[in-house]
Amino acid sequence: MVVPVKNDLELLKENENIEIELFLQTIFMKYGYDFRNYGKAHIKRRIRHRLSVSGFQTVCEMIHKLLYDPVFYQEVLQDLSITVTEMFRDPTFYQAIRTEVVPLLKTYPFIKIWHAGCATGEEVYSMAILLREEGLLKRTQIYATDFNQLALQKARSGIFPIDRIKEFTQNYQKSGGKASFSDYYNARYESVILNESLKENIVFADHNLVTDGVFGEMNMVVCRNVMIYFDKDLQNKVIRLFYESLIPGGFLCLGSKESLRFSEHSEKFDHTSEKEKIYRKKFSE
Amino acid sequence: MNYRAVVIGVSAGGMSALGEILPRLPVDFSLPVIIVQHISPQSDNYMIKHFNGISEITVKEADEKETALPGHAYFAPPNYHLLVEEDFTFSLSVENRVNYSRPSIDVLFESAIDAYCSSLIGIILTGANNDGSKGLKKIKDCGGLTIVQDPKTAEVPAMPEAAIKLSKPDYVLKLKDIAPFLVNLVSKK
Repeated sequence: MVVPVKNDLELLKENENIEIELFLQTIFMKYGYDFRNYGKAHIKRRIRHRLSVSGFQTVCEMIHKLLYDPVFYQEVLQDLSITVTEMFRDPTFYQAIRTEVVPLLKTYPFIKIWHAGCATGEEVYSMAILLREEGLLKRTQIYATDFNQLALQKARSGIFPIDRIKEFTQNYQKSGGKASFSDYYNARYESVILNESLKENIVFADHNLVTDGVFGEMNMVVCRNVMIYFDKDLQNKVIRLFYESLIPGGFLCLGSKESLRFSEHSEKFDHTSEKEKIYRKKFSE
Repeated sequence: MNYRAVVIGVSAGGMSALGEILPRLPVDFSLPVIIVQHISPQSDNYMIKHFNGISEITVKEADEKETALPGHAYFAPPNYHLLVEEDFTFSLSVENRVNYSRPSIDVLFESAIDAYCSSLIGIILTGANNDGSKGLKKIKDCGGLTIVQDPKTAEVPAMPEAAIKLSKPDYVLKLKDIAPFLVNLVSKK
């Protein structure tokens, strides 16, 4: 029998892929978090990073630690969860919310908004500030969810490093902000704390988009730069979840490089702003 | 050797350097060209439109989940890392900057090695930092082909110099020789 000869590099690559599958399977079976339908290039990058700082030689060796050391698992979870964001990220998106979406939200007596995958909360507070300036915050309930407990804790605290404020302020001004950004926070030492009153209408909660279900009758779902890490099947599944969570005429907001174009649910939404990736659930199918 | 993709990393001075390469690739150039150009986070797509207008191949921003095709050049979107999956589709990421850069050349190169292995051509052009050096070294270690722009012909020589030092590339070429070299290499088969 002739066995095709693989060179060392091909063998290493094959083994690494198997080990990564086992690693993800272990996280799922042991802790219930399912990363098996995440994009592989991203996952590989993050796991290699953890391997390089762990002192182990192979991903397989990390699996034992993953099983028996919950602290190590928490580190891995932080690796796999990208929490990089900023207040008023993509200022033109917030402009479009003000001009295209707010006038329609104003027609509802009560508004429910779901920030899915809110990470450390910067974009949630941005939305709260915008809604306050538009006179809508008092009749809005914002649900801000993430699977990452550590990120949620930070989000809940409303405390951010002071060195980010310059960038946030510039974004706020470009986004069409109507006040002075410094009205919304107090600076203490190396941090700023956002005004407590911004939190009154926000509920922070644990929710996993991959494994958990529909979340209320929402007027708007905001999920930006979360689904870029998912494979196509998982993207479709989550978009269906958003579709089912929205009232007819409700808005779905994606990240600036995300799109419904290739989704199997694209027909069920209209464009409110094609450029800013704001979609609206059709009133009838 | 049958090559299957070209990855290019370029920073300061990229507008004119890429202007010497992209317009000189023929419409039937048989590899996808995948590019990280360091660029400010809020740039528009002027540069892409410009290159698409003056090139025979199709020049566009890489969309997430899009498949990399021959005869196309793809740019990483501003403020996103660009990665290639093993099925030759693109992924985007907003994870932290790498080498102070997002998009980062190393991030693209490392993922492209996983996808294309030794059938990858890596090129480092003009620039002011050392992003891409590690990635280019990995391409070389995996048996891919590595090219660096001759620093003497670079608007800003630091990036090619760093890449030459770390990876000892297969070829150091004058800017004007890079496109003809690629065309010749790919048409030989």
